[in-house]
Amino acid sequence: MHELSIANSILEAVRKERERLNGARVTKVGVRIGELAGVDPDALSFGFEVLVKDTDFEPLALGIEFISRRHECSHCRHVFKVADYRMDCPACGSTETRCIGGDELELSYLEVEES
Amino acid sequence: MSRLPLEKKVLSENDRIAQRLRERFLARGLFCLNFISSPGAGKTSLLERTLERFIPSERVALLTGDIQTDNDAQRLARFGFPVKQITTGGTCHLDARMIERALEDWPLESLNTLLIENVGNLVCPSSYDLGEAAKVVVLSVAEGEDKPLKYPSIFFKSELMILNKIDLLPYVSFELAKARAHALQVHPGMEIVELSCKTGAGFDDWMKWLERRREAARAREVPVPGQHRPA
Repeated sequence: MHELSIANSILEAVRKERERLNGARVTKVGVRIGELAGVDPDALSFGFEVLVKDTDFEPLALGIEFISRRHECSHCRHVFKVADYRMDCPACGSTETRCIGGDELELSYLEVEES
Repeated sequence: MSRLPLEKKVLSENDRIAQRLRERFLARGLFCLNFISSPGAGKTSLLERTLERFIPSERVALLTGDIQTDNDAQRLARFGFPVKQITTGGTCHLDARMIERALEDWPLESLNTLLIENVGNLVCPSSYDLGEAAKVVVLSVAEGEDKPLKYPSIFFKSELMILNKIDLLPYVSFELAKARAHALQVHPGMEIVELSCKTGAGFDDWMKWLERRREAARAREVPVPGQHRPA
């Protein structure tokens, strides 16, 4: 259960951005979480709510985009989502594919109220 | 209301410190490993048996993380190498700042190998880069052979999987071939070593892997100008 630490890191980033934007009111922060990141979205949402409640961050929402594992075929360069650990290329059948994404743990956007 | 793009890693602060550590390690030819497993898979035993095999002049040091107690540091200190316990007081993983703080009063120049035993946990430690050259995941045959599928993150990010406690195979329903296949499904090309810390079976394979990787780190060493390193 390290989602509380992750939620805290997200809030630290929001705090920094808020200062950079001269105290703008941030209403939502978006994150991208890959399935290989080892972060549970529900636990993260819960931890985030707990940390935001009764602070000057309120009301701040968390938007989570969950990202599947993606592979690229070494032969035909086809890029595809991996489901159920099936890593062969669905286009040409090659078994030589490599992982090019799915371990993201990134901030993606802020929603800011116009002043 | 306006939406502003923000392209930044959530753990950028941890990654920044980890990168600083990695550069320090690389400049000194210091090889650092981060050992991760569930509680009880045998990380401390693996380190004990490894230290036993090192000659006393080896320049090895250890950091060991736990939520409470310094039991592991006491076990590991018996071998005469520098050991420091990091007690996280509730946190389920080590982060780069804890490592940097623990190394503050240690002369890194005098070391060529740093072994970090993470908190026993297959999930959380996988998110935190500690500046290591590689992560090593330890799985024991007393657990399930489907662990790589259930906890893909750490198996995906580890370069080596150690299958420990193979002396117990006659007593447990654990199929080595399945465990290997599952690990390779999650992480094609992952290296795997089977061993028993109790009987020593397979231990040479692990020591060979370690030696090979330490050699490679030494070969990549970037000498710091004006600094003399002991041979």
